Amino acid sequence: MSAEPMSADQKPNQRPELAALDDATVAQALTRMHLIRKFEEAAEASYMRGLIHGTMHLSIGQEASAVGTTLPLEAHDYILSTHRGHGHCIARGAEPKLMFAEFFGKETGYCKGRGGSMHIADVEGGNLGANGIVGGGLPIAVGVGMSIKAQKNGRVCMVFFGDGASNEGAFHEALNMASIWKLPVVFVCENNKYGMSMDIGRAMAVANVADRAAAYGMPGHCLDGNDLAGVAAVAKLAIARARSGEGPSLIECKTYRWRGHSKSDRNLYRSKEEIEEWRNQDPIRRLEDELKAHDRFDAATLMKLEEDAQRDIDAAVEFARACPDPDPKDLTRDVYAL
Amino acid sequence: MPSDTLEAVSEIRELSYAEAVREALAQAMEADERVFLFGEDVGVYGGAFGVSGDLVHRFGKDRVIDTPISELGIAGAAVGAAITGMRPVLEIQFSDFVTLAMEQLVNQAAKIRFMFGGKASVPMVVRLPGGSGTGAAAQHSQSLEAWFAHVPGLKALQPSTPHDAKGMLLAAIDDPNPVLIFEHKLLYKTKGHVPAEAYRVPIGKAAIRREGTDVTIVGSSIMARKAEAAAERLAGDGISAEVIDLRSIRPIDFTTIAESVRKTHRLLVVYEGVKTMGIGAEISAMIAESEAFDFLDAPIIRLGGADSPIPYNPVLEKAAVPQEDDIVTAAANLVRRGEA
Repeated sequence: MSAEPMSADQKPNQRPELAALDDATVAQALTRMHLIRKFEEAAEASYMRGLIHGTMHLSIGQEASAVGTTLPLEAHDYILSTHRGHGHCIARGAEPKLMFAEFFGKETGYCKGRGGSMHIADVEGGNLGANGIVGGGLPIAVGVGMSIKAQKNGRVCMVFFGDGASNEGAFHEALNMASIWKLPVVFVCENNKYGMSMDIGRAMAVANVADRAAAYGMPGHCLDGNDLAGVAAVAKLAIARARSGEGPSLIECKTYRWRGHSKSDRNLYRSKEEIEEWRNQDPIRRLEDELKAHDRFDAATLMKLEEDAQRDIDAAVEFARACPDPDPKDLTRDVYAL
Repeated sequence: MPSDTLEAVSEIRELSYAEAVREALAQAMEADERVFLFGEDVGVYGGAFGVSGDLVHRFGKDRVIDTPISELGIAGAAVGAAITGMRPVLEIQFSDFVTLAMEQLVNQAAKIRFMFGGKASVPMVVRLPGGSGTGAAAQHSQSLEAWFAHVPGLKALQPSTPHDAKGMLLAAIDDPNPVLIFEHKLLYKTKGHVPAEAYRVPIGKAAIRREGTDVTIVGSSIMARKAEAAAERLAGDGISAEVIDLRSIRPIDFTTIAESVRKTHRLLVVYEGVKTMGIGAEISAMIAESEAFDFLDAPIIRLGGADSPIPYNPVLEKAAVPQEDDIVTAAANLVRRGEA
């Protein structure tokens, strides 16, 4: 950046990645990022207030990855998510009130209180489910890709996983099969640096998860996962490649979770300085700052997006609290389809 | 409709067990374009046990799909295809290799419907050639079906005849749940009457293969056949054995077993899987907890596999699982004991 002040018509050109997103798209992306952040904060607060009975895995700090990768998807496309999956649901347009109802174990929740935080799904909406097993969604994505190909319906399946999952056999089996059959799948690794406490540098002998794409004959993209526009631009290419029948891609979003792995995490494996360093790379603030720098949104407009998101989340929590619990007589109702 | 009715109108025609399975696959694929078969070497090779045979030539490589050796991956692929509108039929080359696919079958396939509050179903079929008797030793001869009968959300079948192999596979493909079918390798070449038309054998209903009054012998898969042969010999010794072929171990037809026990007052359970913590334990406990227990004149006997891996040596291999002689001896002892 130049130290000299510039007048409006002298401002540096926007990066093509940001310029490619029109104002409505950017506003939608920001809204979703705010909703994710506020959802996670409200989830944490609800836990502290004793409203949540199980554990949770918060994705604060990873919002640009969830929103950026899914931004170019079409309404009928599929996603498969992870144990840290609240953000993916919201990014795909899930209703926070039904998510909170699920989180609180209510009959009105997305899964009627049977799944909880780790299994939120909205199959009709194309969200084929979060997953409590690390790497569990990866082979499932292969089958979804086979369905899309057999049904010739032009859809794409985007599957999320973490850096830890890339050391599971399921990762290798899935990427290989998706590639030999040129399936319409986009593999998105959210590399937040730790598999619970295990630093990826100690868990993997190559520098980047994306480097592994070469072994399966597919493009690998290693990205700044906190850059919404950059993530969206690459996701758009990978989605187009998948949809056109050219095959899968592997996208690695390097990002960071500000909170611990789950509620039991005492952060013994990382420093306060490291956490602070990443908080300074806040994906929401970075996008807002860039938009302001290019005069695309003023501060008041940006503030309103955030306030609206907060209001939606507050209302969602209140809705969910008032919902009924499941009836124990229905315990085994959905074990089998009739 | 009861399959008996269909048999009556069908010409008498014999097929091997393997041919019956193949015919079911072909009829299902002809009738429903959502159905496809995949697995290791199911294409031009024709399947390790020749079950898929020429299907790849009849239906093409897009519907009879050779996969890499990736059991976890292909099990997960079946789950993904099933939840998005297909009807996959997966062959796990040897049932032992299902150990590599447990995550997807137990954590995903079995639980997705429940975890999602009933808003998804997983209509997939897994065929698993299993059992001992081929000299394939400890990693290619196991009978692991009880593992899956322990998992709510799965169904586990063990057809014993060519007729049931066809009818139960067609029923499994129709079923909206994940269904595992354990096919005993020694049964593939056995022959029997198989109607030509597509028919269904209901899942969860046992078959009384032979009526009797002195002792009930319960078995499934190859053990039901061995029990039938044993019953024939027992009849020569004046012992009237009733033989129940379970056909399905989850769901299990407890009613038919209990009714038989009320009649015969003696129960022998025969299964190839390891005896300890096996199918026999569950059936024995179900009887012990029910009013059928009051009708018993002798303790229940379990004949199961030895607490041992399956050995290579053929003499040892035979000794590791119940044989026809063992069933005859056990049933005769049981009847004598009940009379003492």
